[in-house]
Amino acid sequence: MGLQALFFYLFSFVAVASAFMVISARNPVYSVLFLILTFFNAAGLFLLTGAEFLAMILLVVYIGAVAVLFLFVVMMLDIDFTELRAGVLDYAPVGALIGLVLAAELIIVVGGSTLSPEIAKSISMPIPAITERTNTAALGDVLYTHYVYFFQIAGLVLLVAMIGAIVLTLRHRQNIKRQDIPTQVARSPKTAVEVVKVKSGQGL
Amino acid sequence: MDAFISTYVWPTALMIAQSLLLLVALLIFIAYILLADRKIWAAVQMRRGPNVVGPWGLFQSFADLLKFVFKEPVIPAGSNKVLFLLAPLVSVTLALAAWAVIPLNANWVMANINVGILYVFAISSLEVYGVIIGGWASNSKYPFLSALRSAAQMVSYEVSIGFVIVTVLLCAGSLNLTDIVDSQRDGLGTMIGLPGSFLDWYWLPLFPMFIVFFISALAETNRPPFDLVEAESELVAGFMVEYGSTPYMMFMLGEYAAICLMCALTTILFLGGWLPPVDVWFLNWVPGIIWFVLKASMVFFMFAMVKAFVPRYRYDQLMRLGWKVFLPLSLAMVFIVAVVLKLVVWA
Repeated sequence: MGLQALFFYLFSFVAVASAFMVISARNPVYSVLFLILTFFNAAGLFLLTGAEFLAMILLVVYIGAVAVLFLFVVMMLDIDFTELRAGVLDYAPVGALIGLVLAAELIIVVGGSTLSPEIAKSISMPIPAITERTNTAALGDVLYTHYVYFFQIAGLVLLVAMIGAIVLTLRHRQNIKRQDIPTQVARSPKTAVEVVKVKSGQGL
Repeated sequence: MDAFISTYVWPTALMIAQSLLLLVALLIFIAYILLADRKIWAAVQMRRGPNVVGPWGLFQSFADLLKFVFKEPVIPAGSNKVLFLLAPLVSVTLALAAWAVIPLNANWVMANINVGILYVFAISSLEVYGVIIGGWASNSKYPFLSALRSAAQMVSYEVSIGFVIVTVLLCAGSLNLTDIVDSQRDGLGTMIGLPGSFLDWYWLPLFPMFIVFFISALAETNRPPFDLVEAESELVAGFMVEYGSTPYMMFMLGEYAAICLMCALTTILFLGGWLPPVDVWFLNWVPGIIWFVLKASMVFFMFAMVKAFVPRYRYDQLMRLGWKVFLPLSLAMVFIVAVVLKLVVWA
């Protein structure tokens, strides 16, 4: 138990500290790197609670793909962050308000289930004990057995969004050379080579 | 106090000893894999390859190690020094960290976790950071261009690797690497009444996925013909241009550790891990680790041969192959495998 508490405080301290560095670092690339560190520690916290599947998916999706794109964009853009930061105090009250609302909601959810444990029993899909069903299988039960239609609809919505983004940005330019691999592969000596008898001294 | 020692000190000491053993074995293996790579390449081109240091050049990699370590590390003045030195460390640490869950034999695994394959996948998807941070921190044009290229390349091929892994998982029904190997004891061969043999392994029923995984592994580890990251004829040496001495060596070490990892993963997913090729007594008597190393070395031999005789892809062709060929193919295979399993096995 002592070891688990030690790791909990380690992960959460580093997560909070690096989350603070994300917004206070001067160099935007450092901000993204600290964001990655935050994700990493969040994955560690997931592991401590036994949510191993979520921890790995956090690594694959957020660090392996989303943060790479962030880093990509931030490295390519030449943003002057001191200029962006100039009006930060004007927006501070709005930001503080949003933070306060989120904090209040979190306190209600966590505090509610801690103060009256019977709320936890009213959850429609309670998490089975880790000894009887692994984390991955339990998630699969919820997503693919009990709520499969909702899951499919969510997937379709994402698919439509993806197709929309592609349609909006796709430009088919005329007059440029393209490589058409099927036609290249389909070429044969018959279609590709023409044998011509050339009379000497005349040419073609 | 005794309880403290027996619950914390001994397991920690044991774990450290195991890690060191695995690390040393892996590093020696990598040293000879590097030599084999150069020897095979040389043999295809009818050269001798490294043959001076030690008998048949067997100590070449160790001589290279000394050479790299004793050179002066040069850090460019305009570079970001912290990130410049962090990048090689990141790439070598990640490449070695993934080995913690690889089972080398039955019960020979340091961390037998439930989501082993996801862990390996996650770590290999983080390997792009070594490249991208190194390219950016060098503060130079060629490394930066190369880092952008490679980030796009590695992220693209991860998608198809992910789907290939899903097809294997559908057949095995577990995310645990040991379970995946054990599930290959029975397969197509035993279905038609043969004794357990290499026909049971997943390379046969999932043959298209085996090929897709092999090619994607080449792209994911930046091996030729997908070495656009280094592309010495256009980007000089890619993201490593500004690196020299020990940091450069660590990049190379990370790269080869990742290649070995991909070979081991191919062995586990498709070639039956430590299982002997035919289930007879004298082959079962050979320790499983030998079969594992033999199979992984065979996969590496294919890696080396591909390097020797396939010309480098153009960048747009690389992207086309990843997104327009492998992604639909692997997606279709996930669907087909799921339907077949539903009809044949669970009905």
